[in-house]
Amino acid sequence: MLRNETPAALSAERLAAGRARLDCRLPQVDGVFADCLRDALDALSPAGVDAYLDCARFLGRIGRGAEPVLAFLEEWPAVARSVGEQALPAVLATLQSFHKSPNGKAIAPFLQSLAAVSRRLAAGEPLQHYLDLTLRLLEQTSGSIHGIHKSFASPGLPDFLVQAPTLLASLSIAGLKNWVDYGVRNYATHPERQRAYFGLQSADSRAVFRRERHGTLLVDHERQLDLYLRALWGEQALFVPYAVGIEAASLASPMPPAQPYDDAGGIRLPDVLDDAHGVSGIDRYRAALAHIAGHRRWSTPLFADNCSPMQRLAIETFEDSRIDTLVVRRYPGMQRIFRALHPRPLAGACDPQRFSCLRHRLAVLSRALLDGEQEHSDADVRDFVARFRQALAGGDASSQAMADLALAYVARTRRQGDQLPEVYFTDTLVDYRDDNRPLWRFRERSDDEEMFAENRPAAATAEIDRLPPRHYPEWDHHSQSYRPDWVSLYESLHPAGDAALIDRLLDKHAALARRLKRLLDILKPQERVRLRFQEEGSELDLDVAVRSLIDCRSGVTPDPRINMSHRSNGRNLSVLLLLDLSQSLADRVRSGDGEQTVLELSQEAVSLLAWSIDQLGDPFAIAGFHSDTRHDVRYLHLKGSSEPWGDAVKRRLAAMQAGYSTRIGAALRHAAHYLAASSAEKKLLLVLTDGQPSDVDVSDDRLLIEDARKAVGELDRQGIFSYCISLDARADEYVGHIFGHRHSVIDRIERLPQRLPELFMALTR
Amino acid sequence: MTADSEQYRVHREPFYRQQGNEVALYAAAYAARLPVMVKGPTGCGKSRFIEYMAWKLGRPLITVACNEDMTASDLVGRYLLEAGSTRWLDGPLTTAARIGAICYLDEIVEARQDTTVVIHPLTDHRRTLPLDKRGELLHAHADFQLVISYNPGYQSLMKDLKQSTKQRFTAFDFDYPEAELEATILAAESGIERTTAAQLVSIGAAARRLKGHGLDEGVSTRLLVYAATLIRHGVAAGDACRMALVRPITDDRDIRDTLDHAIDATFA
Ligand SMILES: Nc1ncnc2c1ncn2[C@@H]1O[C@H](COP(=O)(O)OP(=O)(O)OP(=O)(O)O)[C@@H](O)[C@H]1O
Ligand SMILES: [Mg+2]
Repeated sequence: MLRNETPAALSAERLAAGRARLDCRLPQVDGVFADCLRDALDALSPAGVDAYLDCARFLGRIGRGAEPVLAFLEEWPAVARSVGEQALPAVLATLQSFHKSPNGKAIAPFLQSLAAVSRRLAAGEPLQHYLDLTLRLLEQTSGSIHGIHKSFASPGLPDFLVQAPTLLASLSIAGLKNWVDYGVRNYATHPERQRAYFGLQSADSRAVFRRERHGTLLVDHERQLDLYLRALWGEQALFVPYAVGIEAASLASPMPPAQPYDDAGGIRLPDVLDDAHGVSGIDRYRAALAHIAGHRRWSTPLFADNCSPMQRLAIETFEDSRIDTLVVRRYPGMQRIFRALHPRPLAGACDPQRFSCLRHRLAVLSRALLDGEQEHSDADVRDFVARFRQALAGGDASSQAMADLALAYVARTRRQGDQLPEVYFTDTLVDYRDDNRPLWRFRERSDDEEMFAENRPAAATAEIDRLPPRHYPEWDHHSQSYRPDWVSLYESLHPAGDAALIDRLLDKHAALARRLKRLLDILKPQERVRLRFQEEGSELDLDVAVRSLIDCRSGVTPDPRINMSHRSNGRNLSVLLLLDLSQSLADRVRSGDGEQTVLELSQEAVSLLAWSIDQLGDPFAIAGFHSDTRHDVRYLHLKGSSEPWGDAVKRRLAAMQAGYSTRIGAALRHAAHYLAASSAEKKLLLVLTDGQPSDVDVSDDRLLIEDARKAVGELDRQGIFSYCISLDARADEYVGHIFGHRHSVIDRIERLPQRLPELFMALTR
Repeated sequence: MTADSEQYRVHREPFYRQQGNEVALYAAAYAARLPVMVKGPTGCGKSRFIEYMAWKLGRPLITVACNEDMTASDLVGRYLLEAGSTRWLDGPLTTAARIGAICYLDEIVEARQDTTVVIHPLTDHRRTLPLDKRGELLHAHADFQLVISYNPGYQSLMKDLKQSTKQRFTAFDFDYPEAELEATILAAESGIERTTAAQLVSIGAAARRLKGHGLDEGVSTRLLVYAATLIRHGVAAGDACRMALVRPITDDRDIRDTLDHAIDATFA
């Protein structure tokens, strides 16, 4: 960068010339201008300084008060240092777009966060992408309320600009773009929700943020870490994440960084880890688990009561080093990882006059122990490295042996300055190590406390009454991505009515039942089925053999398939019938003797089907669903898969009612979750529905259709065969799209009671 | 018949390290001509043990790998149709009973139950094999013995031995050899060093802990021998393990990554 004048040498003429070029009479500018200009002269070329002042002049004239000018004057030199002064025209263009739209208010927040944003972007992402994205957000969220073009300011834009540095700390530009697009797509027409989204306040905003952020997410790798703990350590644990992502990033006052820990509630781990020092995120998790598993295996608790906090810190350091040593003994490959992750505190970095240095001294020692450093410049370190090695030479040593070493170390190295209030913290946190809480026992803990601690989990299980919702994603075909945890599904047992109603319906179909019974007998598992005309078989099929022999004798080529064998024919099938209980079920249709509701016909059909399947003995579950926005999808159990076909089930079927909408994707996913748990060889999900997927909070018809299609694909991959029986005469338009060939449309609904069991039998023959 | 029995003889001593006192126990069972069942996961040394015993006892060994399509005739024998006539051909079980061999039915559960029952008369005091189609009742040779193997790991409702079959056998429960012994076996089978063998065994142990968590079975001794053999032929330990221990047993990414990590952590 060209520097024409040193900061100190800002002449009166230069200042006056600058002030003239700025040509701005706002009084607030006077106080800061000299400092800003000095900074600008330091950061920018002469032409760059002129452009800087010109841009500031423009901002002084847009009638938005002093904020924009001040923000620009103060921030731009820093921005230019990060991304280069040639970015100014693009920034100016962005400012002009803000000015021309009703979004002038956003100019100040834009400028105020620009320097922080630029610092984040300096790592390689061009600023232009950020500017484009900002403008796009502006375009898509301004003025579209009630369709009056561009007359309203974007509600979310200022919030977005304030959050931008936080967002970019964790997201790439591409990730940020996805995050923005999601908000635009879902909240373009909801000012409040839009603000909550772009202010990183709403739950889905945070969920999408988490999904898009870089690094290794604990939620995505829980299974792998579980396998790690089992396979390499023969241990198991629940993993509980703590936040190092946005929650931590947006904290106003930085707290001491959280560390992993292990207690009765599980192993606490950071919710996300970036690659660091050449160690991948997953290996950082493994390092933390290895260390914790090592403690579980080799540490024995010590009494804390007799130790000062400093002594405890020293004991923990020696004990942690012992654990790492033993871990490396068992898995030598961990050495590279531990060494890469352990900080390298500099021997003389802590000033004992100003800080308490014990923590730093211990970190230096810990590093030396990990490196097995014998030539260390500090004699105490050398000595204790040797004593540590000796203690571990003959075996695993013990926590107590480490405590003895540590106490000797503290006694030997005690300094006056250790008592200073301010602790030197730099390069002392070994972040793969846990906080050692299981290492300490307290004698003085009262019985009450212990009782309390042990009783705690019980309180949590008390309110099992209403099951908490399960969350399911939903496919958004616009972005070709899932909306995480989009739908809340509540499950419960269906209310009960009068079983006699179902018996009456079954009586009505007595003739049909007799016919079905004949079909069912054929389907019934038979112990052995004879397979004739086999070339290889268990027995000679005499008839055929004799025929072949005759052929042979008479010079004709004989049929070699003269054997037969047997196959035992068990059915290994689990079935779930999913009923759409939405409002359209109340529609009336003409049937043989007058009018009937679709609901009644469904009850008949389902009862007949249940009766039929019961005859066959296949496990069979029935559930219904309806929805009232994505926040409330209800999944009602009508029959459990091993529950016998009897009065309890009939009572529930009798109480079936129509209501609400058809958000089918979540219901399919939930049903799949039950079927997937079955160990049957074949899993069949029958869906009975009378209309297309829809819900009151969704205006785009395609959305739920595409989501349902996606859900069916997911089921396929789980080995679940799904089949849809639709009662909607217009279903052809969408049902094939969702279920492929696996569907039937029953257009004469009055025949449903007959068709449903027939279809089932055909499917499972 | 002697020519027949010659081809089934085990001529060289198979390498076998006993896990307990199974050699003596087997010898006692053979002395009493009791049928034997060896249970255990795949590749833990069941076949090797039987081979070794056949050698030690100086008996011919006829091994039949059972499968789903196998029928009773495949064991007993069948008429073959030839132009103008038919010819009877003994099945392996019949041959063994005639020449006094040890007949080893490997993975008997794979065979269908109607096939399995043909062994019943051979396994009780009768020691006979009715060849119905031939109208012959074969009395087993005095040295004949029946051995079956069976991997309980695969057990499902469809594939389990009938009680009436199980209760005809004395049984050995095999498992992977314990660590020390397994390392000795690896070193002896492949010629690699003891320390490397021990490292392989610890990786095997890691994989075996995942049984039921995405793995149907752990890594067998057989696969460990494969890995050792590859290393012996100059393949880098990590590559050998990935190729012989991990890739064959899983397509599950999480498991694969975890075991790959175990390999890297073990062979630093
Ligand atoms: N005790 C042992 N002594 C010597 N070698 C052994 C022993 N146990 C296992 N092995 C080795 O393991 C390999 C596999 O053993 P074997 O083929 O007998 O397995 P198996 O139990 O019969 O398996 P499967 O059920 O798959 O047939 C052998 O080839 C041999 O190298
Ligand atoms: Mg075998």
